Order: sequence, then structure tokens, then C-alpha cells
Amino acid sequence: MCGIVGLFLKDKSLEPELGALLTDMLVTMTDRGPDSAGIAIYGDSTAGQAKLTVQSDRPESDFATLAADLGAALGATVTLQRKDTHAVLTLPTDKTTEARAILAELRPGLRVMSDGTHIEIYKETGLPRDVAARFNLAAMSGSHGIGHTRMATESAVTTQGAHPFSTGADQCLVHNGSLSNHNNWRRRLKREGVRIDSQNDTEVGAAYLTWKMQNGANLGEALEATLSDLDGFFTFVVGTRDGFGVVRDPIACKPAVMAETDQYVAFGSEYRALVNLPGIETARIWEPEPATVYFWSH
Amino acid sequence: MQSIDLATTSLREMNATLQATNDQTNATHWEILNPRGAHAIAVGLDAPIEVTVRGVTGYYCAGMNKQATVHVTGSAGPGVAENMMSGTVIIDGDASQYAGATGRGGLLVIKGNASSRCGISMKGIDIVVQGNIGHMSAFMGQAGNLVVCGDAGEALGDSLYEARLFVRGSVKSLGADCIEKDMRPEHLDILRDLLARAGVDADPQEFRRYGSARKLYNFDIDNVAAY
Repeated sequence: MCGIVGLFLKDKSLEPELGALLTDMLVTMTDRGPDSAGIAIYGDSTAGQAKLTVQSDRPESDFATLAADLGAALGATVTLQRKDTHAVLTLPTDKTTEARAILAELRPGLRVMSDGTHIEIYKETGLPRDVAARFNLAAMSGSHGIGHTRMATESAVTTQGAHPFSTGADQCLVHNGSLSNHNNWRRRLKREGVRIDSQNDTEVGAAYLTWKMQNGANLGEALEATLSDLDGFFTFVVGTRDGFGVVRDPIACKPAVMAETDQYVAFGSEYRALVNLPGIETARIWEPEPATVYFWSH
Repeated sequence: MQSIDLATTSLREMNATLQATNDQTNATHWEILNPRGAHAIAVGLDAPIEVTVRGVTGYYCAGMNKQATVHVTGSAGPGVAENMMSGTVIIDGDASQYAGATGRGGLLVIKGNASSRCGISMKGIDIVVQGNIGHMSAFMGQAGNLVVCGDAGEALGDSLYEARLFVRGSVKSLGADCIEKDMRPEHLDILRDLLARAGVDADPQEFRRYGSARKLYNFDIDNVAAY
């Protein structure tokens, strides 16, 4: 199973409520995925600054002097905002790649969840309600976000196996289903120089999209290509800095419901996830077609 | 009319109440409020009662229905009227995948579209869809009738046994061993009756009939290449 929720706002006045709306949707999908939960949220950005969201199993010791240590090594100002096991490091955009390399030396146990100018990813094992509370997801604001509740099939129940996966700046992917040719693609993508950290099939899907986009495809074209290159069951929901996309495999066993109003586009694995959205009673509601790419951007 | 509000009554209590009715009851009309996409609403009914669900339902609404009439005023999630035995299920909106799957009897009417696998493994149920249906519909259908007033998706009637398929619009592709067949007078009669019972104003002459070529399901050494 697994549950997916997504919300792409068209109406800026809803942005302060994004976290609260997504949290409600996420918790509703608990019985589709009670072992882990995660959310990618596209929030504020500062010109010239990038955000690196990192996670640690020992946040007290790892985060204590991290901003100062990383700042000294980079020769730049780094700030850190801790949220439970995660922290958002803010640093100059042009230092991101260097920062990732330095972090691997400074704090080998640290995991980078995401990097980009807008994206932050929070994910942990546990019930969605508890995960949401740990990070106070309901208080977050943003322009769009994607959440996932996981019932593990392809890899262990760990933070690293939870969704969303991010393999490129400001990109993320969540997945309901299972890919059957991910090992071949993992080997191929690694040869192509795409970063893949886990044994999880979904991360390969994310890396595939990153690779396609690195080679000139837009998100829509990259999603279209999954239909011929990825084998298995999938409903994917993806986010980019200003975009939100959905694609289902041609068999389309994995459920999906979408709703659109003048204020938002919403995705839920089930209609239940959408029932508390404003104006849902009059929203256009439909089931996304198999093998069809849906894409919105700001 | 008896009313059950799922905002204040648990799903299990609602189903237990409906399942406890029998053909001696005076409480023949029920409405269910605030379904909000909940799963398994009005399942396992076995009495000649009428249940109106006001809103959208989740998985398996009206599953295993016998005798009852269940009317959903919104759309229905996956597996609506799955394994229905008798009675009537009416969906005003759309139905998600595998509507009417494995149904043995009764009538399922979908006023909107039905998505993939509509009537998969149907075993005697009659299904009337006023809109379109998705891919792999009536897969391994054994008996009953599937009427589609709109278009059918890919691989209609794949590995079909003896279910009858009637489609007014286009068929994207036929599945293995499914072929178009002549519409004979007895088929027009069946179709006319189904359309009337479903309350659909459509001319049976506009439909085409599809059925099994009967080359797959009985093993025959002469057909070995087709297996």
C-alpha cells in the first residue's frame, strides 16, 4: 500500500495554511502507511541562499556546533534551524555542493534529506500523526507540498527508506507501488554520476527523473519517459521548485484521486484525504488516467 | 426515512444496523449522511430496503449486496458493489476501478464514468455505465451483461467467457479472445430491458455487441498457438 497526499496552491492567501492542510491529509492516510511518514514542503527562499535539510540519529551532538563548523570550513555564514532530528542549514547557493562534501567529513552520520532554494524534507519512522507532531508540520507555510505514509515493501523501515526522496536540487518524489527494474537502473544511473543513497526502489525513480532533467527534459517529458523505462507499479507525485506533477503506470492499480479548484490542485490516494480541503464540495474531482502525465506550475 | 449520520455513528454500527434489517421490517428507507469517502459503507445487506448514501464513498461500498437498493449520490471508490448477489446499486457520479467485480447478480448503474477493470470476473451481474469505462474491463467475465453508453478503454473483454458486452461508443482495443458479434433480436431485447431498468434513454440499435471467440477457455490442441 502507501498513501500519498499533495497540495499545490494557486491562491497565495492559503500559503500560511499549507502545513496544516497537508498534515490533516497525511494523518488521514495513516492506515495506508503506518510505518513511516514524510513531507516535502516548498517554502520561503532568500536570494542567493540555499537550504540543506539534514537528519541525524544523534541530533544533540551532531547539530550543536554544526553551523559554526560548516561555516568555518566553507568560509561562509551558515545558519541552522533545528526541528527534532532534522535541521535546515542556510548557506550561499554556490556553496551547496562543497557543503555536502564537507558534511560527509564533518558529520559522517548525517543524512542530507534535500537541498535547494525552497524545498525542505522531513521524514521519520512512526505513525504519521507522531511524525507530523515532531516537526510541527502543521505550522509550516509554503506554495506546495507532498506527503507520504509508508507501508514498506522494497526496503527496510528506516528514515532513509521513508519518502519523499530528493535526488536533485528542489526536486522530490513520492511513490505508491513497487518498481521491478530498479536494480538495473540504479547501476546505470550511478554510472551516469547520479547520486543514489539507499537500496530503495523509489529513490531510483527519483534519480531517474533527475537524470532525465539534467539531460534537458522538462518535468513533463521526464515523467512521460518513466512510462517506457520504469517497470512495475507506480503512482508518482513529484515536486519541483515551481511545479507539481502526477503520473500513473499503464496498469494503474494504485489508487489516485485529484481535485482542482481556483485555489488549489490536490492529490490523494483516496478521496478521504481531500474531504477537509476548502471548497471540496464544489471542486472538480477526477481519477487521473493511466499512463497520462499531469503537470502544473506556478 | 431512517437517517444515520457517520459524523456521529461509527461505520461498524451503521453496517450492523442495516444488516440487522430483514424482509419483515417497516424501516425500508434509510439515508447515510457524511460518508466522506469512508470504506465499506452499506456492505453485506440482505433485505429489500432502500439506502441512500449522500456523498462520496471509499472502497467497497455496497459489497456483497443482496436484495437491497443502494443509491450513492456522489462518486464511489474502488470495488463498488463487488460480489453483488442481487438488488440494485446506483452511483450518480463516477466509479473507481473494478466496479461490480465478481458480481453474481443484481443491477449496477453508474451514471458517470467507470475506471479500469469494470466488471472484472463478472459472474452474472448486469452493469450499465452511462459514461466511459477504463482498460481491462470485463476481464475473464463469465456471465451477465456489461452495457457501456460511452467508450471502452484498452483490452475490453480480455479472456472473456460468456459475459455479453454492449458498447455504444468506440472501443480502444479488444482483449485476447474478445470479438465483435452480431446483434441479434434477442440481444436487442436484453439491451432494451437493461437500458429501461437503468433509466437510460438510448437506442439499442446504436450499440455493438462483443463476446468471447471461445478459443481460449476450453483447451483445444488446435488452438495451442493462441494460449
